[in-house]
Amino acid sequence: MAKLLDKQRYKCALGAMQSVQAITRALPILHSGPGCAQKLSESIGSSGYFSPNIFPCTSINEKDVVFGGVKKLNSTIENALKVIDADLYVVLTGCIPEIVGDDSGEVVSRFEDADKPVIYAPTAGFKGNNYKGHEQVVDAIVEQYLKKSETKQKGLVNIWADVPYQDLFWLGNLRELEKLISELGLTPNTIFGYNRGIENIDKIPEAEFNLLVSPWVGLNNMKKMERKLGIPYLHYKTLPIGATETSKFLREVGKFAGVAEEKVESVIKEHEDYYYYLIERYADLFLENRVINKQFTVVSDAHYALGITKFLANDLGLVPAKQFVVDDTPKNRREEIAEEFKKLNFGLEAEVSFETDGFKIHEEIKNHDYHGYPLVLGGYYEKEVTESLKGNFLNVSYPVQDKVVLDTSYVGYRGGIRLIEDIYTVAVQRFN
Amino acid sequence: MAINTSNSNVATRENRIGSITGYVGTLKDLASQSECGTLKGCSRCFSQSSTCLSTCGLGQLAGIRDVAIIHHGPAGCSVASANAYYMSKVMSKKRGVTSSTVYVGTDMNENDTIFGSTSTLRDVILEVNKRYSPKAIFVSSSCATGIIGEDIDSIVDDVREEVGVPIVAVHCEGFKSRIWATGFDISDHAVLQEIVQPPREGVKTNKINFKNFFESARPEIIEMFKQFDLEPVFLYCNSTIEELSHLSESIATTCICGTLGNYLGNALEEQYGVPYVRSINQCGITGFETWLREIGKVTGRSDKIEKYIEEQRAIYIPQIEEVKKELKGLTAVLGMGPGYTFEVSRVLEELGIKVVWALAWHYDKKYEDGNVPPSMKYLLDNDIDFEASVADQQNYEVMNILNKYQPDMYLSRHPGSTVWAIKNGTPAIYVADEYMIFGYKHTLEFAKTIVDAIKNRSFEENLAKRTKLPYTDWWYKQNVDTFLEEVK
Repeated sequence: MAKLLDKQRYKCALGAMQSVQAITRALPILHSGPGCAQKLSESIGSSGYFSPNIFPCTSINEKDVVFGGVKKLNSTIENALKVIDADLYVVLTGCIPEIVGDDSGEVVSRFEDADKPVIYAPTAGFKGNNYKGHEQVVDAIVEQYLKKSETKQKGLVNIWADVPYQDLFWLGNLRELEKLISELGLTPNTIFGYNRGIENIDKIPEAEFNLLVSPWVGLNNMKKMERKLGIPYLHYKTLPIGATETSKFLREVGKFAGVAEEKVESVIKEHEDYYYYLIERYADLFLENRVINKQFTVVSDAHYALGITKFLANDLGLVPAKQFVVDDTPKNRREEIAEEFKKLNFGLEAEVSFETDGFKIHEEIKNHDYHGYPLVLGGYYEKEVTESLKGNFLNVSYPVQDKVVLDTSYVGYRGGIRLIEDIYTVAVQRFN
Repeated sequence: MAINTSNSNVATRENRIGSITGYVGTLKDLASQSECGTLKGCSRCFSQSSTCLSTCGLGQLAGIRDVAIIHHGPAGCSVASANAYYMSKVMSKKRGVTSSTVYVGTDMNENDTIFGSTSTLRDVILEVNKRYSPKAIFVSSSCATGIIGEDIDSIVDDVREEVGVPIVAVHCEGFKSRIWATGFDISDHAVLQEIVQPPREGVKTNKINFKNFFESARPEIIEMFKQFDLEPVFLYCNSTIEELSHLSESIATTCICGTLGNYLGNALEEQYGVPYVRSINQCGITGFETWLREIGKVTGRSDKIEKYIEEQRAIYIPQIEEVKKELKGLTAVLGMGPGYTFEVSRVLEELGIKVVWALAWHYDKKYEDGNVPPSMKYLLDNDIDFEASVADQQNYEVMNILNKYQPDMYLSRHPGSTVWAIKNGTPAIYVADEYMIFGYKHTLEFAKTIVDAIKNRSFEENLAKRTKLPYTDWWYKQNVDTFLEEVK
């Protein structure tokens, strides 16, 4: 049902055009109004080999609403294949064709014999938000493009984590996860970002298992791939940030993949030694600054809310105030995610609220006793309210206006150090 | 054409003033065909995405201080709220004022498309009013709510008394028009419908309405107008509802961009007798002088204005003449909204740069007063001609043109467009700020900016060398108008 969306943190399902864009040389073709692509793209970092303003679009008009837009969809796909050089064409439908009943799937099926693959994902805006749309795109690839492989490549692991572009750090995070997996002697396979594309998609069925690093987004895809492609999956719910969680992550993946324990432990030791070399040098900054207290709040999607909460609590010894998950998590997933927030060191439990109404979140932040200056990691909306409480604010989640990120990552040992750098860069800019 | 503010629906530019988005030919042909009424725009059987009219319409309204925008539709429509929030914070801070404008969505889902959600919309309006006490409320539709027939007009009428502040339904279905500038008209219409009041009796003022985007030249324009005993009221960024309610009392309306200001200017003239300054815009020397003189004429301040022009010319003209030496003979392609394309073309000619092709994102055959836009008329009267096309930001057409002509520069005004030119190896100049070529001073700066852009092409060369363009060789061999077809 409709609801008041005050301080909006997500887009609609058609926002999944960004997931398509993140696959190098995959081109979204929009069957939608003329301005959807522009609205659903970020003003920073959205260009590349393709950019939203060159996505083919049927630009539905009044006449198409009355008479249907299938003819225009047909000519748009047909000519997109001629004009734009891509490896994969993904037709995405917006609200209008789905309300007026265009059979877009039928139109797409006419291109089965085209030189390049053309697939289709129903992503009407009212079908859900862009987290759901992201799943729809991966589903479309699995259902319409991939086939079960009889042969498996030893040690090959497909990694699924962030929702590209919605997550500011998606590129760096995926690369860092790949590095960590490689260090265990496994071969990572991802489909998003630089130098990944159709060849990586083709490799998906050959993997020994899927690794999903996410509280809920993508779980449906894992189940579908298990059914259709016979690929088992490991669901690791917490984005590993910093030493505690990353070491735990490596042990769990190593165990699942059958990597020798000594190998896993030696990788961990090497990283932790360096990590704590840095922490030791800077410990007095964390202990003796005057502006960061123990209590913090994260306002973000489940992915970062959980990952950052665990990092700040288990690595840095901070104490969670209430945490806010703003991605409209499906109701049937909330309980198990809330349970994860209770698994912190020393029996600490973080209270978490699944809330999409920013006004209510701000009221709660204002009314909480942080025993001093609050530390708030969230969307740009939290900047003003945190400043009004004389707190410290870091923009880590959508919307982002305070930060430019090219390929920084918050994942792993290095990612934890980056996040510390960012938090304390805010802190050192003031005295009391 | 009579403007009817008793109905919340605004006719689109296509239907109201015969605007088009598809044409390839020459400037002279475009103008003469529109003058004699034979111009018929084309549609495309292949197109790329452009802009939603709601972005323009609601973006304008969200610039007003302390109001609420309620965008009734799926979350993708109201995603503009994130940027509106940011803009409202930074623009008010820059001006040294505060704004508590809110822009919210209703996150409509599949059930709502079947059963409707007007009762939720009603609750949302009342809740937003309670939370933020806005000075006015704008309730907008979207494609989805428009098609399923959500009656936002009735809901607005229904809660009007309860909310106790001006509230107006704004019809922003994105499929209505391929011309996003229709959104500017929609925002003007909403303001005229519920905010602007008839002039108070006995109020005398030296105020002049100044329709612009982001008021970056505000301080210098206030300073300049002081010399003419005029006080500009900038719209809508950082406007207050109180200011807007008195637009009808001003002695004239002017604008930075004809596409932006045309509807409001004509409506205020038609309904309240506030003269609309009809002139080419303030870009370049001729533009600035013609505009100032027209203001002088309309407001009876010609003497003061002639004195100002004389003083300023003495300072700037010799400097501009000096820079022109470095620009002589350069070639340019430009792609902008029609409110700028035909103005900037004039300035380029003025600076000695040859326009080889001008793209306008749409073209208005005639403005509300029935006349051809002044910028077009100027070019025709001065026998200036070049190849021209009308395309709603169709990047593949732009790239085809740049590839064929390889001009010395590409000038553009829309986000995400310049990078494509530089990947073609063409230096790009982003004419983002609407005051970038305003008056003598900024014309001089603009000319110097071009010199700088042409002088150091490192960035363009670095990137062009290492990137592959996404268009096929087949496409580069086609004519620009390959996918244009006559509207049936």
